[in-house]
Amino acid sequence: MTNVISEIKKDFIYNLLLKGERMDGRTFDQYREISIQRDVIRKAEGSALVKLGQSQVLVGVKMQPGEPFQDSPNRGVIITNAELVPLASPSFEPGPPSETGIELARLVDRGVRESKAVDLEALCIVPGKQVWIIFIDVHILDDCGNILDAASLGAIAALLSTKVPASRFGLGEDYILPIRDIPVATTAIEFNDVLMFDPGVDEEAIANTKLTIITTVEGNICGTQKSGKGMLKPEQAYRIIDIACEKAKEIREKFLEA
Amino acid sequence: MRYRYNMASFSVEERKRPGPDRRSYELSKVSREALEPVILTSFFPRSVIDVFVEVLQADAGTRTAGINAAAVALADAGIPMKSMISSCAAGKVADTIVLDPMKEEDNFGQADLPIAMTPGGDITLMQMDGGLSPDEFHRAVEMAMKGARDIYELQRAALVGKYSQMTEPERKGAHACD
Repeated sequence: MTNVISEIKKDFIYNLLLKGERMDGRTFDQYREISIQRDVIRKAEGSALVKLGQSQVLVGVKMQPGEPFQDSPNRGVIITNAELVPLASPSFEPGPPSETGIELARLVDRGVRESKAVDLEALCIVPGKQVWIIFIDVHILDDCGNILDAASLGAIAALLSTKVPASRFGLGEDYILPIRDIPVATTAIEFNDVLMFDPGVDEEAIANTKLTIITTVEGNICGTQKSGKGMLKPEQAYRIIDIACEKAKEIREKFLEA
Repeated sequence: MRYRYNMASFSVEERKRPGPDRRSYELSKVSREALEPVILTSFFPRSVIDVFVEVLQADAGTRTAGINAAAVALADAGIPMKSMISSCAAGKVADTIVLDPMKEEDNFGQADLPIAMTPGGDITLMQMDGGLSPDEFHRAVEMAMKGARDIYELQRAALVGKYSQMTEPERKGAHACD
């Protein structure tokens, strides 16, 4: 599931990097343009289309009553799924979810869950019997790099626009899903001791190590994940965390304006 | 290299449906990526190294235990490696950073941070869920790294122990199974 990159392009990126530059002229910690459009799918309870540079991710939220888990009878349920649609990247194939797809879905889920963005207790209908189930479905429409940050942003944006469809199930009036936090995922790659944030697809292809930090409004870390077959020095991880906390704040501010 | 982390159905309190689930797919991926940086796969073109990890009884920390065992098993199999990999978790329980949380601590814990690293301190696995301030995160990583260093000594002792007990022909000759 790795994108193939030619040696000549790799050299090009590497030589730019030595001069402190990136292919698209960004600084190492600069994000691409972010745009968030909410309520793009009428049939969904909530939805958001996120564009991060050329990358495009669509997230739809559906809700329905169902049974709670045995170990949490008074809490609603979140189920997150990711579809890496084959037209989004040459490396996406049709068929059962790939390892990358599962990891992506689980990381999006981790952000929403661990930040406690959704008050799950408020989603209990009949204790032990019936609770609201939230399905968060992430569709990667165009992978031009760093789809995880886009997907994570899409999930919280979609949740923020979600209306609980209570009337459809005879459970009273529809109401807006209460959201308590805005988790933001920030991803950086490490290549030759250079840390690059919001990597493009070619930058992802040259790097061996990727680190994602998910932060909450209060500036705490609610999830991290190293991926890729490389190593990372602890100091590099700490540096990524420091910058990630700042970047997440900027992204969150932009996000609240939208 | 392929890596399969699998939990036995009886390894947990409430029976787990046999076979891989989404969690085990993710753990297999990150565990493989924890070992790949040190494995010299170029010695084995057109080949695959299969690592199978079976969790028989789970008391939290199964991914770290799996990685520790897999690293020793790979060395035991004679796979060329740049270094050993040792893994350990730190967590936050009752507002305190603790090393290697056990099941009860993990279930009621506030955060879990497993890492894997080389003896030189290069991190090859870093995951976290829960809630930690950047300062707590820092402390938890340092603590987990200390735990991993202790485990490295045990891994080393296990390998050295095996070879020091071998007879002369065994040491010179091939594997016991040959």
